[in-house]
Amino acid sequence: MYGNRSRFLTIMLTLGLAFFYIPMILLVIYSFNHSKLVPVWGGWSLRWYSELFQSPEVWQAVSLSLQIAVVNATFATALGTLAGLAMVRFGRFRGRTLFGGMLVAPLVMPEVITGLSLLVFFISLNQLIGWPAERGFATITIAHITFSMAYVAVTIQARLTGMGQTLEEAAADLGAKPFKVLTAITIPQLTPALISGWLLAFTLSLDDLVIASFVTGPGANTLPILIFSRIRLGLRPDINALATIMILVIAICVAIAAIVMFRQQRADMLDRQMAEREEG
Amino acid sequence: MTVSSPSGAAPWLDQNEQQPLVQIKGVTKKYGEVTAVDNVDLDIYQGELFCLLGGSGCGKSTLLRMLAGFEDLNSGSITIDGVDMANVPAYERPTNMMFQSYALFPHMTVEKNVAFGLEQDEVPKFDIADRVHDILKLVELEDFKKRKPKQLSGGQRQRVALARALVKRPKLLLLDEPLAALDKKLRKQTQFELANIQEKVGVTFIVVTHDQEEAMTLSSRMAVMDAGRFQQIGTPTEIYEFPESRFVADFIGSANIFEGRVTEDGADHVRVQTEFCEVYIDHGHSVKVGSKIWVALRPEKIRITKSEEAVTGPNQVSAVIDDIGYLGETSIYKVALPNGDIFDVTRPNQTRPTHAMQQITWEDKVSISWDSSSAMLLNK
Repeated sequence: MYGNRSRFLTIMLTLGLAFFYIPMILLVIYSFNHSKLVPVWGGWSLRWYSELFQSPEVWQAVSLSLQIAVVNATFATALGTLAGLAMVRFGRFRGRTLFGGMLVAPLVMPEVITGLSLLVFFISLNQLIGWPAERGFATITIAHITFSMAYVAVTIQARLTGMGQTLEEAAADLGAKPFKVLTAITIPQLTPALISGWLLAFTLSLDDLVIASFVTGPGANTLPILIFSRIRLGLRPDINALATIMILVIAICVAIAAIVMFRQQRADMLDRQMAEREEG
Repeated sequence: MTVSSPSGAAPWLDQNEQQPLVQIKGVTKKYGEVTAVDNVDLDIYQGELFCLLGGSGCGKSTLLRMLAGFEDLNSGSITIDGVDMANVPAYERPTNMMFQSYALFPHMTVEKNVAFGLEQDEVPKFDIADRVHDILKLVELEDFKKRKPKQLSGGQRQRVALARALVKRPKLLLLDEPLAALDKKLRKQTQFELANIQEKVGVTFIVVTHDQEEAMTLSSRMAVMDAGRFQQIGTPTEIYEFPESRFVADFIGSANIFEGRVTEDGADHVRVQTEFCEVYIDHGHSVKVGSKIWVALRPEKIRITKSEEAVTGPNQVSAVIDDIGYLGETSIYKVALPNGDIFDVTRPNQTRPTHAMQQITWEDKVSISWDSSSAMLLNK
């Protein structure tokens, strides 16, 4: 009976993994297809990679997406952290519940609504004060900050609640004024959450298509917008190549994170062993 | 077991001489409907090692946090060294706290942890280095100053926390369950170390603990707390030998408590009639003849003797051994009295039990007795 169950589990696991990864493997394989028609195999080739590297359009899109993602992640982390601190550390202030609700609203708001409302907002703003004259980098970045800030705030809130207030109280007790407590104790303690918040905001911005499509203007194509607009004209092998490069970059990032985490764990274990040896 | 103050003085008795270092007046703290601290008054004098003892939720930690400035008062006042603390934030108070979890900064070395408080006061750099060195020497951690907290054992962390709290030379050191996170053996050893360090530095300590043995060992005076109020304040000996209530008698050590009625109240003696014998006490007590009262007897102050014949007379009762617990250094005897009450009696195991010896054993008929100074009268 146990054997049956374990075979069942193995099959389910295999199917699940296959469901996730076969499409990606196909995509990678087809990126090396010489043929111009995606479903037709024409032999191995790096043709689409070289075409990709010669296309200025693609590089502009990559560069714009990265710029937006970095600026967005930085601002969203700063603002999200302040919001998280206000929620967790400032006790009960007037309108706290409302503020908390509004803070997480972007998480559940359909992207189409967020995008549309921001577009309307930018157009009215333009009529009122003449800015933004044209939509592009600035409007997409602002739009991204508004929703990714909510994700950062939630991450920071969780970390602040989890780490408790004792260390901050200890610092205050030793004479540190509130601002010093923030910079010397709270921020260093928050570092892991700040990094993951930043990366989360970065990723959210990098793969957002819907909101960016609403608030972008002529000529400002982010990478997802570019890929989507090209796909609409039919599957194209150079897009496969671009996607493969993205998969590779992400895989490298994940691997680095895993190595760093593994090293950290090993260092922790050694520290504990050292402490235990001396106790004996 | 009490560690007395160096001079042996008792400033709390000599109220004209010295102004209390800490004055707590009518302090109340409520969390919504729950009253954590209920209108308490307390004076603590320079150089004392004062313990706040009580079970969890009795308000002892809340009181400590109010002294440190982490909690606001609903009413009352706290004065430290003559200054009202009402509008003084935690970071400006002349107090330092040692946290139960130690609250060492995990991203700083031992040295940096200890120096943190001095840096906040903008003490000159060379002075900081000297003072950090001296205090780490006092707690015997000079060789560990470059370590991070997680590279230390529990006992070492505890000493870093103490050093960090002491290095600023506070007027008042607040310790929240300072030994609770240590294992039993280390805890006993550290109790004495803590008292020695306190004597050496001369700083006033207020220690919160739920461990009555710890409180007895450490304190010059202690307060027993329950439900947000002080049940009794006194030296460990006063509290153990002269408890004022059934709660205190039962909470500190153990006690056999039974009811009686006062039959005679003299200047130098009291007689109380109970269900099973008359209790005679050889000192005066402020009680009324005919009033109901409780008598408490400590298990170690009761003697057991084997006797087949029934005994009568004050301070002795015939009984039967109901159960025996062997604890190593002592044995605890559960003896059944004629009225069905069970008394605990402890006896030190001064000799090794051998078969040849006539031992007291299960179902033996015995008589128990106590000195006329031993019984304690409790009004509530």
